[in-house]
Amino acid sequence: MKELVEVLAKALVDNSEEVNVSSREENDTVIFELRVAPQDMGKVIGKQGRIARAIRTIVRAAAVREDKKVIVDIVQ
Amino acid sequence: MKSIEMSARSVEEAVKLALQELQLTEEDVQIEVLDEPSKGFLGILGGKMAKVKVSEKRNPLKVTKKFLENVTAKIGVQVTVVLKQEEAGYVKMELTGKDLGILIGRRGDTLDALQYLANLVANKQNNEERIKIIIDAEGYRKRREDTLVRLAVRMADKAKKTGRRVVLEPMNPQERRIIHTALQNEQTIETLSEGEEPFRKVVISLKK
Repeated sequence: MKELVEVLAKALVDNSEEVNVSSREENDTVIFELRVAPQDMGKVIGKQGRIARAIRTIVRAAAVREDKKVIVDIVQ
Repeated sequence: MKSIEMSARSVEEAVKLALQELQLTEEDVQIEVLDEPSKGFLGILGGKMAKVKVSEKRNPLKVTKKFLENVTAKIGVQVTVVLKQEEAGYVKMELTGKDLGILIGRRGDTLDALQYLANLVANKQNNEERIKIIIDAEGYRKRREDTLVRLAVRMADKAKKTGRRVVLEPMNPQERRIIHTALQNEQTIETLSEGEEPFRKVVISLKK
């Protein structure tokens, strides 16, 4: 799933080499922290968070398969 | 994006060799002439070879198809993406394979999210005409359309019978359009949309 977050983010940003995803698990929830270049923040968030919402929807679909809860955080 | 530099006696020949090497055709690449060839003195001394740089052009549809293949593979679903050029105005990408339900999601929300991101990827760095991509899986879009048309007719009947407005659940713009279109020829019924995205709803009521 971590790779999924990376693939999604890299396809959207201009500076794909600056995409970084880390993950940690708390109870049955996996938390992904997505970091991108400052000028690419808008490319993974979108107007009113629309892009971020789409990313979360897709990651959640993958999580269902693994029977886990996920949170995708976009951090600065 | 692949790119190579190639030298030969003439520009044409250098391009030809570069295309062979990249296994691409001329419409897929951008060609930059780095050095024009020159004949040396009496064609013997100090002749210079032609040098070109041939780079693969970003083909938005190819890139988007690849994106969908990568994403679905990472979700853990075996999917083939079939590209169908439909009516002018949009390109349809059909996902086929097993376990597609997971890619469709509840009321198609996963499919819509994939479609939204695919459109962003297709139009990234694209200054020309906007490309519109519709993604479908297992004929979901058609099935959903049929369901919505039936729902529209049923709810219009309800409005006629009760004389009250019928408020449908929130839908995205494409789905609301299907409802409006399904009922546009009803003489006694009118439809409009209320509320703010993403909770905008269709309201069916009697014409005053």
